[in-house]
Amino acid sequence: EECLSPTCSFCTPQVLFFGFGWLFFMRQLFKDYEVRHYIVQVVFSVTFAFSCTMFELIIFEILGALSSTSRYFHWKLNLYVILLVLIFVVPFYIGYFVVSNIRLLQRQKLLFACVVWFTFMYFFWKLGDPFPILSPKHGILSIEQLISRVGVIGVTLMALLSGFGAVNCPYTYMSYFLRNVTDSDILALERRLLQTMDMIVSKKKRIAMTRRQMYQRGEDQSKQTGIWGMIRSVTSPPPNSENLSLIQQEVDALEELSRQLFLETVDLQATKERIEYSKTFQGKYFNVLGYFFSIYCVWKIFMVKFWSQHISFILVGIIIVTSIRGLLITLTKFFYAISSSKSSNVIVLVLAQIMGMYFVSSVLLMRMSMPLEYRTIVTEVLGELQFNFYHRWFDVIFLVSALSSILFLYLAHKQAPEKHMTM
Amino acid sequence: MASLDRIKVLVLGDSGVGKSSLVHLLCQNQVLGNPSWTVGCSVDVRVHDYKEGTPEEKTFYIELWDVGGSVGSASSVKSTRAVFYSSVNGIILVHDLTNKKSSQNLYRWSLEALNKDSSPTGVIVTNGDYDREKFAENPVPLLMIGTKFDQIPENKRNDVLTRTAFLSEDFNAEEINLMTGFTDRKRFNFKNLHYD
Repeated sequence: EECLSPTCSFCTPQVLFFGFGWLFFMRQLFKDYEVRHYIVQVVFSVTFAFSCTMFELIIFEILGALSSTSRYFHWKLNLYVILLVLIFVVPFYIGYFVVSNIRLLQRQKLLFACVVWFTFMYFFWKLGDPFPILSPKHGILSIEQLISRVGVIGVTLMALLSGFGAVNCPYTYMSYFLRNVTDSDILALERRLLQTMDMIVSKKKRIAMTRRQMYQRGEDQSKQTGIWGMIRSVTSPPPNSENLSLIQQEVDALEELSRQLFLETVDLQATKERIEYSKTFQGKYFNVLGYFFSIYCVWKIFMVKFWSQHISFILVGIIIVTSIRGLLITLTKFFYAISSSKSSNVIVLVLAQIMGMYFVSSVLLMRMSMPLEYRTIVTEVLGELQFNFYHRWFDVIFLVSALSSILFLYLAHKQAPEKHMTM
Repeated sequence: MASLDRIKVLVLGDSGVGKSSLVHLLCQNQVLGNPSWTVGCSVDVRVHDYKEGTPEEKTFYIELWDVGGSVGSASSVKSTRAVFYSSVNGIILVHDLTNKKSSQNLYRWSLEALNKDSSPTGVIVTNGDYDREKFAENPVPLLMIGTKFDQIPENKRNDVLTRTAFLSEDFNAEEINLMTGFTDRKRFNFKNLHYD
């Protein structure tokens, strides 16, 4: 009886998490595509559900809810399931759907999917060599082997995203005030775009009419037989064909211009909308939340000794919510940018893989934020990994990512004012 | 050339359904070899002899404006796209017969385009929900084209045809279904464009 009620208290939120993942998939990610393979949706929701359960377990740990034995049991169970999903299920299905898209390999889909999976496992295993993530006393087939590798990948991803986010957030907030887009700027660009389209249309009309006349004349010419016909065709070559290629070149250039103008207009519209949004209360609120994570990283440097239970709980909770929200938004944007009806299945599975690894490594890193008495459970469950390595690795990659983002944004910003000066 | 009137027809639909290939076929009379993503809007022109062979024969230029993107695009893309929707004489809605979502999305596409047209009947934008009355009073003729018919397995073809027949009835539109590669080149009579 003691084991029954804690299990129920885990199952209910887990079902809720699964439902949330399912809804997110349907309403956000796949809202414009047709779901033909429900397995993709199930795998995504399962990964999301078990990832969220890990965070829930940390909260329970801090709150001291339920007995420590049942918490330990659920930790282990959850960990096994999520490792199973991240190392076996998701990579296999990614391989399967990639293979399905390639026509040559259609016949032996399962076989090639297995080949892809074995290749993945090989590189996954090799990941352990360059990093000092294990102490030598671990056996080959221990769970630490798997977690350590998943941890490296996930921590790298987290650091890359955090580094970029920490730089991008203040930059976008500031730059929209500096750029100051007005309605007349947008209208002027739109006018230019339409004028370009009209020019393209009139040139294409000329080409079409000229071709038509050539065709009609060509028909007439082919009717002419005899010597006069031959002489005619040699002495008066159609002058229009040279004109045509010239006009066609002009059309190509104009079409390229129209594409550029379109993209510039979209960019201006997006800037204007973001400026308006950042002035609203909601916009300001989310900006503050976005800053929070960067501030927390800085705070960590000063190594505040005094951690009361409540502060750590709230902090950990906010970090969890912000990073989940930030991750889902980033994933959604990425998904829209690169997916098509062919590749959508593969991309969703890749996103599920990233999400799962991201959450597992969050747990690894979060260990440092937790007071000493709560660290023991994480250490017990995850085994004796070299946790310090992960923190150093995170800091290094975070720094590299932040510096690269600064460089990238600086270069991109330099190009922008030149573009607008030609308006 | 000055006597030739201007006719603007929009070609709308989800990405990957075959709009660019269709426009290329109509205007160049050839199959498009390497279709790529349409950024913004690409226009092509077809010369059409209206009422050919009769004394009232008149030659028109039909401008086919192939607008790229998806219904789920960001609002900045949608507002920019809206500049292409002004003074439209007809709309061709293209959907992929192997992808049901692309057919459902046609409602949102047509609402997006017609709302910009701002007809005197005062079309109000709802969040994509279908309202039959809007289409009944719509002065702009619609043509629905379904592509990739040959990629549907034989046994499912009747179901698909029934579904699309209902869909085109809802839109009060004419309907044509095409094969991949468009090897079957039909002569398109733009019956709906009556200009007296």
